This record gives sequence, structure tokens and C-alpha cells, in this order.
Amino acid sequence: MTTLPIPMIKRPLHPTGIWNWITTIDHKKIGILYGATAFINFLIGGIEAILIRAQLSGSNADIITPEVYNQLFTMHGTTMIFLAIMPLSAAFFNYIIPLQIGARDVAFPRLNAFSYWAFLAGTIILHSSWLFGEAPNSGWFSYAPLTSIAYNPGHGMDFWIVGLQVLGIASLAASFNFIVTIINMRAPGMSLMKMPLFTWMTFITAILLVLAFPVITVALIELMFDRSFGTNFFFAPAGADPVLWQHLFWVFGHPEVYILILPAMGIVSEILPTFSKKPLFGYSTVILAGAIIAFMGWLVWSHHMFTVGLGPIPNSVFTITTMAIAIPTGIKIFNWIFTMWKGSITFSTPMLYAIGFIVTFTIGGISGVMHAMSSSDAQQQDTYFIVAHFHYVLFGGAIMGIFGGLYYWFPKFAGRMFNEKMGKIQFWLLFIGQNITFFPMHFVGMDGMPRRIYTYSSEMGWTALNALETAGSILVVISVALFLYNIVKSWRSGEKAPDDPWDARTLEWSISSPPPEYNFKEIPEVQTVDDWWAKKRGLLGEQAPSGGSGEKGEIHLPQPSFWPLVTAIGIFIGGYGLIYSYPAAIVGLAIMMIGVYSWSFEPVNDPD
Amino acid sequence: MATENINKALDSNIVHTTHSEHPSAATYFKVAMALCLLTGLEVVVFFFEWLSYGIIPVLAILSVAKFALVIMFYMHLKFDNKLFSTLFLTGLFLAIGVTFALMALFRWFHVV
Amino acid sequence: MAEATVSNHEGGHQTTTGLNHRKMLMWVFLGSDCMFFATLIATYLVYKGKSLSGPMPIDVFSIPVTTVSTFVLLMSSMSMVLAYSALRKGSLKGYRTWMISTVILGSTFLGFQTFEFYEFANHHVHIDCINPGELTDYEQGLFDKNCTEGVDHYDAQHGLTPKTNLFGTTFFVLTGLHGTHVTIGVIWLMSLFLYSFKKGGVTPERDLDTDLAALYWHFVDIVWIVIFAVVYLFGVFEGFPT
Repeated sequence: MTTLPIPMIKRPLHPTGIWNWITTIDHKKIGILYGATAFINFLIGGIEAILIRAQLSGSNADIITPEVYNQLFTMHGTTMIFLAIMPLSAAFFNYIIPLQIGARDVAFPRLNAFSYWAFLAGTIILHSSWLFGEAPNSGWFSYAPLTSIAYNPGHGMDFWIVGLQVLGIASLAASFNFIVTIINMRAPGMSLMKMPLFTWMTFITAILLVLAFPVITVALIELMFDRSFGTNFFFAPAGADPVLWQHLFWVFGHPEVYILILPAMGIVSEILPTFSKKPLFGYSTVILAGAIIAFMGWLVWSHHMFTVGLGPIPNSVFTITTMAIAIPTGIKIFNWIFTMWKGSITFSTPMLYAIGFIVTFTIGGISGVMHAMSSSDAQQQDTYFIVAHFHYVLFGGAIMGIFGGLYYWFPKFAGRMFNEKMGKIQFWLLFIGQNITFFPMHFVGMDGMPRRIYTYSSEMGWTALNALETAGSILVVISVALFLYNIVKSWRSGEKAPDDPWDARTLEWSISSPPPEYNFKEIPEVQTVDDWWAKKRGLLGEQAPSGGSGEKGEIHLPQPSFWPLVTAIGIFIGGYGLIYSYPAAIVGLAIMMIGVYSWSFEPVNDPD
Repeated sequence: MATENINKALDSNIVHTTHSEHPSAATYFKVAMALCLLTGLEVVVFFFEWLSYGIIPVLAILSVAKFALVIMFYMHLKFDNKLFSTLFLTGLFLAIGVTFALMALFRWFHVV
Repeated sequence: MAEATVSNHEGGHQTTTGLNHRKMLMWVFLGSDCMFFATLIATYLVYKGKSLSGPMPIDVFSIPVTTVSTFVLLMSSMSMVLAYSALRKGSLKGYRTWMISTVILGSTFLGFQTFEFYEFANHHVHIDCINPGELTDYEQGLFDKNCTEGVDHYDAQHGLTPKTNLFGTTFFVLTGLHGTHVTIGVIWLMSLFLYSFKKGGVTPERDLDTDLAALYWHFVDIVWIVIFAVVYLFGVFEGFPT
């Protein structure tokens, strides 16, 4: 019986089944939910890409209308960045970070579940724009005034605005969680400079995120107010400057690209030492370089605006800062190479991906330095040369790193080994496929092929290379299909995985595959970097007494909850309300508040 | 019964901090008086038309002083672990930096 | 729980830094919120002086009125910290008194904001064509246009709304979002106030709940300190001198 005004629902305890997944607050399950949803989004973004490639495979094609084409490239970019790469990274943050720092879960388990459900809400809102017949159509960066209500009267842009706001809430919640978790839940003895590289890169990424997202939150509010309430933020007739949108977007957008790449760099920094049987070369330098990249990432944003007419002084300043940021990036690349130098290398599938990353990311970095120079960028901006650059760093970088991580940690989360031979074939197909798709883009770009055109004349001389790019994309599709086949088959019937199939270096490999719900029977005492490796090789002194963390008796696990999901549902309804019906938005808000209050006052059930 | 359970949940908020002194109510009141005085000064200075644009550094100093008083005393940052200051000030300094950068790019300072 | 008592507890577990998770979360959140308001303030400053038509800040601002509302908000920070102090001393009565004071002061501030927004939207211009006195640039423009031969005064509504000009847009959205933050704070504090009437609801051991709400509340106050200086007091100037 309760005397509170709100009827209390007992905390759910469902050991199995769908309710277990719906009310889970276990970081490992949440990681799997993120990974599965994000991978589906990756496939959807891939379909959007294939349609683009189909349309561009020949000159004067009319497979896709210009209107749909605009929606396709907008959704492809938005999906890949916000719905695929970021949440795939989040899947790893969720699953791996508590394991790497020797914790039982994250600092705020319910907030963690909420991040996932809010992400799912954002996913559905964005994809549903297609079903409503109006996907956003102004590029993933949505420049004003094309996005104004006058030039874009449908609901497409509203879907984009609301979708991104909801995703922003999800990302912010997750990042706040990981910052506190990494600072405050490390195993005894694990000082910051003993943390694994992936944990470090996650930490830096989360800090970047909580500082960058508020900027786009405001930009989106301003755009929405212009569209819905007739304000003047980007309305030139009132004296406004549409370039302000570009500034606000890219102040967010540039740190965002580091948010996209740093986790993958972290993954590569884990894989290379493991399969070289050598510690990461220059551990502290690699961390410092990551931190410097994150800091300098705030100083370069207008390199996306070199052709807008900012003037010679801003263009020069941003040229210098952009070139400078290549330095810490290069430092990391050298450190990775030196890690492998004289190592005892195993060319397993994850290792192939990590090495592949170094190759293709470096190519992307080289074209990046070419754009950095504002005068040469004047030729390159808005051509396929830029498209080549960012696909090399995002596909050849982030995606390669993520695939590497999927293979590397697959035994840990699935408890099975994948088919190694199939994995290698899949790697080569993907590697060759992506290069065939994106390398020719450098040439057509240099030759003047603009971005975002739905077709081109046969006289331009771009036809052959475009056809080749499309062929490359088919190879990518086959490779991804093979990946899915391997993963699904292995998850079902692969060889059971040992705790530590790779003879690796960090704490997640010291427990079973998959780990028990509580992760560690006893929280480990950490003495060094790569502590697990050191323990295995007997490099440490006296073993610390077991149970030395001061934890006695029962293991306390956080309890599942409905309320994160309810809160997310409120946001979901509220989102559609903002697009279509303000009364519905009020209903959504009310549900959200019920969710938040109930969450705050939720009782703790007894452990048994 | 449910109350007990709720209380147990909120027990996780229990902080047995060995820590930092808390200022007395008298100190808080003094800070409040200082805030009023500073605000009063800001408003008085507003009516000094002869200052013209010179009002900018004056207002900056006065408002930063108010800001600092609230942060250090009311929000207790002066007495708390430096980590809290680091976490907050990182956001604050970046915020100030981005604001000034945008102002520069929009020709506020007539140098670009 | 009879667990080893160390300097900080999270449901029985130690934290690496000895600091409380929730408190750390609040400080990180406030750092992040600085970026939110910075973007709004930067938008305001970037468009300052660029409105093509009035009213301008000098036409609508009443510094005396806004000064009062600023005092009110500052005093609410004092009452907030006294509420927290009372709780730590175990005085539930003191807690409730100061909490409800904070709620009332915060609501008063919101009342002032609402009044101000209403006044701005219904801003009325009255120009005496015979003896105009000192006119703002905007009023001068209206004078030149309307005080023609034989007209001895000009009266009209020239309200400032978010749609009127760049000043209206940037001002209302900045102060409106600040007001939204204040409203959330008022609801939060009111919830704590009401919960304190529940037996064992708010106790000195559980002062963290109030501490977190207080941090949020003070932050909203310091944002206003910045807005008051940058928007209101600096309002009469249109950008830097050439």
C-alpha cells in the first residue's frame, strides 16, 4: 500500500523473454540492442546508397526522379551518420566499457536504457518520413534558406529537425552516463593512465559530444521556430544571414566528425597490439594525440565554408588550423605502424580490418589535407573529390574500425567463434569493393563532377568511372551480405568461444564469453596498463588478495525498469506531435513527465 | 512498505562526506548582499552616459564578479573537489570561446 | 546496509574519486548547458544592431523593471541555499519555509518575464509632433514618416514579437528558453517541497536531492546574470564602434 499520489508499480523482474529485453538495464543487453538496431539502419542507409549508385551508373538516367534523389542523398547521409555509425560505436561503448574498467554496469543503468529507447524513437521518426511521403531533402547539413518554409513547405524538414533532436537527447544521455562511469567506476588501481585505449577514446568522444550537441540543439530550435512560428533567424528579408546556420551547424558538425572517428581509432588501438603481441607503441602519446584532436576540432569548422565568402582572414586562419590538426592524426598513424613493427603478427580478420583502416583512413586524410588549403578547396568544394574524402575517412575509417570491432569482440558477446575463412574473404570483398567505389570519385571530382546532382550528360566523360563506382558498390553489398551470413550462422552454431580466444590484453578477456550478468565475480585489482596480459604472463608482483576491492558478500545488481521506455515513448509521441499536432505534443510531454516522475520515485525491490 | 522501498532507493543518495565546510547562513546572507550591491552598481553605471562603450568592461567585471560569487559560494565550487570545477569550466570556457569566435566572424571586432 | 563506510557511497559501492555519481552528472550537465546558452547568446550578439526595422532595445526595455526581476531571481538563489542549509541542520520547518520562498520568488520572476513579454508585444508609440523631445532612431523614423503637415501627434501600436525583426526573434527565443529552464526549476523545487511533507521523504541524510536541484537553480540564476548584462544593460548599444 502506498500513500504517495502516484500508484507505484513494482520493479519488473522478468528473467527471460521479450519483457526482459524491454525492461533491461543491463549494459550488455543494451549494447546488443544498439548494435542490432544500428546495423539494420546501416543496411537501410546502404539501400539508399545503392539507389543513388543505380541512378548515377549511367548518364541521363531516369531510374530515380530528382525530388526522390534529393531525399535519398539526404537520408543516406543522415542515416549513416546518426543512425548507423554513432549507435554502432555506442553499442561498443555499452558492451565493452564496463568490462574494460572492471565494473558491473554503468553509473546510471536506467538512463542507459533510456538512451537506447530514445535512439529507437529517433530511428523510427526519421525512417518514417519516407512512409509519410516526405523524407527530408536538403542534404544531411540542411543549409538555410533552402530549408525555410517558403522553399521547403512540406514536412520533410520537420522530420529531420525532430528526428535529430530526439537522437540528440539519446546521445547526450548516453554520453553523460559514460563520462561519469569512466571517471567514477574504475576498478581499484586503474588510474586514468592505465585505462585501455578504447575506454580513453570513448571518454574523449563523450566529452566532445556533450559540448557539441547543445549547439545543434539550438540551431535546430532556431530552424524550427523559423519554419513553424515565422521567426527571422535565417530569413534574409529581415536582415538575417543564412550563413549563420552554416556556422552553427559546423561548430557542431566538425566535432561531430571526430565523434564519428575516435571510437573506431580506439578499436584499432585495441586490435593492433593484441594481434602483434606487443603493447601499443606510445600509449600516452596516442591518448594525448586523441585529446589534442578533440580540442583542435573546435578550431577548424569553417573549412566547410571556404567558398561562402568569409573573407581572406578567416579562410587563412581556418586553413592553418585545419592543416595543424593533421599532425596529431599523423602521430597516431605512426604509433599504430610502430606497434606492428617487429611484432609477432597474426593476420586474423580483426587484424586485417585494423590494418585496412590504417591504409584507407590515411588516404582519406591525404585528401583532407588537400581540402585544408582554402584556395585549392575552391576547386574541390561541392565536387565528388569531397565525397571521396569523407567516404574514405568514414567508410575506410569508421566503418572499417567498427567491422574490426565486431569481429574482434564477437566471441565475447556471442560466446561463439565466427568462421575465420569467411571473415577473411568478407574483408577482402569489402576492402576491394570500397576502393573501387570511392577511389574513382577523386578523379571525377577533380574533373568537375558536382555533388548532389541526380544525373549528368554523356558528354561530361564521367560515365565510365561512375559505372565502375556502381560496380564497386555491388561488391560492397555482397560483402555485407556475407558478413551477415557469417555472423548469424556463427551466433547460432559456431564453435563455442573461450574466455580469451585472441590471448588479448585487457580486462574484458579475463571473464567468460559471454560474461555472466554480473560481469566480474570479484572486481579485479589493477596494477598496470594491459593488466590482464601482465597477469597472464606473470609480470606482476604479489597477487593482490582476492576480493581486495572491499566488496563482501552479495553482488548487488541494478534492477530492471519500465520507466526509461515510458519516458522515451512520451518523447516519441511528442516528436510526432511537434510535426503534426500540438495537442499530441502535449500528450507526449505528459507521458514523458509521468515517466520521469515514476523513474525518480521507483522503489527498490529486494534482490530476491 | 512501498515508502520503505522508495526510501531505500533514495538511500543510494546518501553521502557520508567527510568533507568540506559549509558556509554559515550569515555568509550566505553576506553573499546575497554583495550580489545586490553589484547589481545596483551595474544599474547605476548604466545611467552614466559619458561612459559610452566604456561600459562594456565595467559591466563585464561586475557580472563576472556576481557569476563567481554564485558559483563559488552558492554552488559550493570553492569548497568542493576540483574535478567539479574542471568539468564545469571546460564547458564554460569553450562556450565563451565559441561566442567570441562567432562574433569575430560576424565582424564585431572589425579585424576580420 | 551494513557496508564498510568509506568517504562516499553509491548504494553500497565506492566510487573511484570518492565523489557522488549524481552530483558529477549534474556538473557535467551544467557544463554542457553553458554551450546551449552560449549558442543562443552568440546568435543574439551576431544579429545585434542588424534589425532592419524597430522596435529596438532602447524603445522597449525598462531597466528599472528588469532590475527588480533580477533582484528577485538573485534573492531566490539566497533562499535556495538557505533551504539546503536548513535541511543539513535538520530543520524541516526551515527547509519548507525557504523552499516555498524560492518557489514564490522564482514564480515572481516568471511573472515579471510574462509581464515584460506582454508589454513588449503591446508596445505603444506616442510621438508629440510639435514637441517631440529626444527620440530614439526608430521613433525618429516614425516621426519623419508620420508627422507631416497638420499632424500634431502620432499614436500607434508597434509591438515587438518574435516575428517582428531580428531583435524580437533573438530576444524572445533566448529569454524564452531561459524562462523554460526557470519553469522546470520551479516544478522541480515545488516537487521537493511537497515531498517534504511525506514522512521520511526529505531528510538530512538525503540532502543530495536538494543539492542537485539547488545546483540547477543557481545555474539558471547565473545565466540570467549574463543575460541581464549582455542583453539589457548593453542593449542600448548597437554593436562595436566603427
